[in-house]
Amino acid sequence: MNFVLSDLLPVLPEVFALTMACVILIADLLIRQNGRMVTYLLVQLTLLGCSLIIVGTHENGVVYAFHDMFVDDLMSDMLKLLTCLALSMMLVYSRLYLTARGLFTGEFMVLVLFALLGMMVMISANNFLTLYLGLELLSLSLYTIVALQRDSSVAIEAAMKYFVLGALASSLLLYGMSMLYGATGTLELGAVTEAIQTGVADRNLQVFGLVFVVCGLAFKFGVVPFHMWVPDVYQGAPTAVTMLIGSAPKLAAFAFATRILVEGLQPLVQHWSGMLIILAIASMALGNITAIAQTNLKRMFAYSTITHMGFLMLGLLSGSIEGYGASMFYAVVYVLMSLGAFGMIMLLSRAEGFEADTLNDFKGLSRRSPWLAFMMLLLMFSMAGVPPTVGFYAKFSVLNAVVHAGHIWLAVVAVLLSLIGAFYYLRIVKLMYFDPPESHVPITVSSDTALLISVNGLGVLLLGLLPGALMAVCAVSVQQSLLLR
Amino acid sequence: MIHESNLLSLLIILPLLGAVIIGFAPRNDEWTRRIALAFTLLVFAISLPLWYLFDTSSHEMQFVTRVPWIPAFNINYAVGVDGISVLLVLLTTLITPMCVLCSWKAIDTRVKEYMIAILVMEAMLIGVFVALDLFLFFVFWEAELIPMFLIIGVWGGQRRVYAALKFFLYTMLGSLPMLVAVLALYFTGGETFDIQTLSQGAYSATFQFWVFWAFFLAFAIKVPMFPFHTWLPDAHVEAPTAGSVMLASVMLKLGTYGFLRFSLPITPDASHAFAPIVLILSLIAIIWGSYMALVQTDLKKLVAYSSVGHMGFVTLGIFVFNTQGIEGAILQMINHGITTGALFLMVGMIYERTHSRLISDCGGLRMTVPIYVTLMAIFSFASFGLPGTNAFVGEFLVLVGTFKYNLLAGAIAIGGVVLTVAYMLWMLQRIVWGENTRKEDVVVTDLNGREIATLLPLLVLVFWIGFHPQPFLERMRASVAHLVSEMSSVRDVRHIEGLNDATLPQILERRPPHAAMENIVAVNRTFADSCRASPCQISNKDRKQTL
Repeated sequence: MNFVLSDLLPVLPEVFALTMACVILIADLLIRQNGRMVTYLLVQLTLLGCSLIIVGTHENGVVYAFHDMFVDDLMSDMLKLLTCLALSMMLVYSRLYLTARGLFTGEFMVLVLFALLGMMVMISANNFLTLYLGLELLSLSLYTIVALQRDSSVAIEAAMKYFVLGALASSLLLYGMSMLYGATGTLELGAVTEAIQTGVADRNLQVFGLVFVVCGLAFKFGVVPFHMWVPDVYQGAPTAVTMLIGSAPKLAAFAFATRILVEGLQPLVQHWSGMLIILAIASMALGNITAIAQTNLKRMFAYSTITHMGFLMLGLLSGSIEGYGASMFYAVVYVLMSLGAFGMIMLLSRAEGFEADTLNDFKGLSRRSPWLAFMMLLLMFSMAGVPPTVGFYAKFSVLNAVVHAGHIWLAVVAVLLSLIGAFYYLRIVKLMYFDPPESHVPITVSSDTALLISVNGLGVLLLGLLPGALMAVCAVSVQQSLLLR
Repeated sequence: MIHESNLLSLLIILPLLGAVIIGFAPRNDEWTRRIALAFTLLVFAISLPLWYLFDTSSHEMQFVTRVPWIPAFNINYAVGVDGISVLLVLLTTLITPMCVLCSWKAIDTRVKEYMIAILVMEAMLIGVFVALDLFLFFVFWEAELIPMFLIIGVWGGQRRVYAALKFFLYTMLGSLPMLVAVLALYFTGGETFDIQTLSQGAYSATFQFWVFWAFFLAFAIKVPMFPFHTWLPDAHVEAPTAGSVMLASVMLKLGTYGFLRFSLPITPDASHAFAPIVLILSLIAIIWGSYMALVQTDLKKLVAYSSVGHMGFVTLGIFVFNTQGIEGAILQMINHGITTGALFLMVGMIYERTHSRLISDCGGLRMTVPIYVTLMAIFSFASFGLPGTNAFVGEFLVLVGTFKYNLLAGAIAIGGVVLTVAYMLWMLQRIVWGENTRKEDVVVTDLNGREIATLLPLLVLVFWIGFHPQPFLERMRASVAHLVSEMSSVRDVRHIEGLNDATLPQILERRPPHAAMENIVAVNRTFADSCRASPCQISNKDRKQTL
């Protein structure tokens, strides 16, 4: 296998991220504990650098590299940019939280960068092996980050569960991929499509492999019935880590699903779309109903994530390009909302180890801090999908795709289940606005997080008033990637 | 003559601007109230040209603005008014300043947030009435829930949390299936959300069936029609006065407005077919709402149940599909906004003094508060439709329309009127002429200048519409005539044009059960309205000829 220099240009962002991760790993050894800000700023600069490189090396059309192992298209560039943005926001939100809990360490930062690398590889993969490689790099980084809080037994338990179930999922995925390889004789996504279309491959073996691939995907998305790890990990991990797991990786998961199901297995669409229907309905039903019973906010958001991922499936299963675009829009919007929601929990958590992660901690927030309560109100209505917040448009666009695909009954089921969901988001609004506060400790917020949460909350509103641009960007990037192949 | 102007957009933007200004201004209750009042009065003043410049001879949309909003889905920011919506917009801009005024003393906690909620709600409500794009309509329709939810939940009475959640979830239950119907319409009607284009389209009977019921659920919950009304008494009783007034005067009209704007033009065949069901529900609402009002001991609950009855008249008028009925229904929407709004305001005023809404705690007011009692009597008379007051004209028109449609329905509706008179007079008798049953330490003072100023415009309107309804009816005439003609024979001819030979046999196959229902309707209509009775039969014949 010989190297061509032109192959390096499309992978420049990944190369840069990897280099910086290694540099920071070593540089961090030379920095004292109280100088971690330097590491932090270096990571932020890396994220900025990555974004600039992504924009700088962007080329129209689809570029393949490394013998079609790697693909660089508009969708991958958009998703990578958003991933960098989400990680950067995550770091800003969690800086003080991590410092107070002794987690503001070089290891954390470096692992975040490795997770970034994993996500970028997933997003740009054009081959079963590259996909798996990226996924494992991301997963292993996340397992480690969850376990980083060594003295917390819940965190260790969460990490253990995450690891065992995650490893199981990976093996299912790998098993499915090997069967598809056996059936089609190739690992490259485009060639797989061709092999299936020409009909030389064994149909039964393909579908059998597909089942395992979908199971593995479902694990990574955390949709029912492969959702068991989600609530435990979300609750057990430190909030900053929960935010990390709950935000950017969803973008990568979307890319993963699109690459493997749409770009690789499009000819089997009627098979996988049926499977996704089951996953979607089960997730929306179980997620919404179980979330009502939760008193721990992080656990509640875990179930809400399950629901949202079910909604995201709706776009994918419609099997149309608009549907995939709608799913991408949904993923982006979801990441924005979940960053805000977890950010709010961290804002209210205090230095002395107080975690604002139960519902009661939000009681009377509107009296303690009207602005923060208003931001949370916007985020909650957005999650519930009430206009004029952007969450409504996300739901609207996936439902639009579902109705267009002719599954009107599915759209009706989805909206009725989202009505149940509205209840527990409203309950948070109720706690913040209708109930008197339980604690009168003044809320102190650093200026960077205050600014970020305001941008985040108002962003949810402004994107809701003018959603056209973001919708168009998502639609166009998916369109270009799929049509120009 | 179509007026191209940004008037309507201004009506939506100004209250929002006021809300933002209040939001960023320092926390000063007195100034917050003044700014809110100034903005609502300004909005009212700006809305007045709608009354004067409205072209009464045209059924077309006026004051139209159309800007692309989300091009990917062909969604436009399109606003405009016609004869059906213009009066409702004016009603909204008139009622909101009163809501601010009546909260002047009643709301003393978190005034800033309260005024923001009121202003945002005004903008959303105006938006619902002027939206010409189905998607835009839905956005406003849902967004208006948020401020109302907060108003009930934060400033409400004892069971406010329950009432607020019930209000929100119940309404959402109705509007989510509507969203699916909206999407289905989008794809069937040629990938557009434009209401006028969608109303022109011809849809198959099965499709109309589903869309009609999806819309019906949303609108019936909002009105609220008979089996869906249970959220209303809770919401009314727990909401602060301004919330009740907003709810009764404007928000309930969203449902009936929806019937007129969407159900009738978009699904005319299904509307005809299911009109008997809707009419029966309306009659039940009239009788049952009035009957429930009769037994209430809580003043606010009494007025709330009277709303159920009055709104029953509105839906009755809409679903008899003739000019008198629909004109009466629209006028009755305005009338209900005026009189019920006034009654809620007056209940709020007595509550501020006695801190009780029980009729038994407010007895025998006649000696102490002459102005209050006079106004209360006038608005109660207006509520049951004493000749010379506004509701008389509206109810009369609705009844004429109903009698033209079906004698029995008219007779039952008359029974409802009698019940209305009964509970209103009995309520008046107890609190005005009854024994003095107030608690001893309660001192009731008469209305002050602010309160009289709040009620005065409504008082003027009661007699203006009562003695001279012509200007109001004129403004809706052209649009109603157009709607009625659209609903009758013209429709079926277009129906055939819109079909090609391939789809026609399928639709005719599905026709039998549906046609049977239509025939029942047709028989009902023959003796009252022979000119409209034939369309379905004619159309069937025509279809066979085309085949």
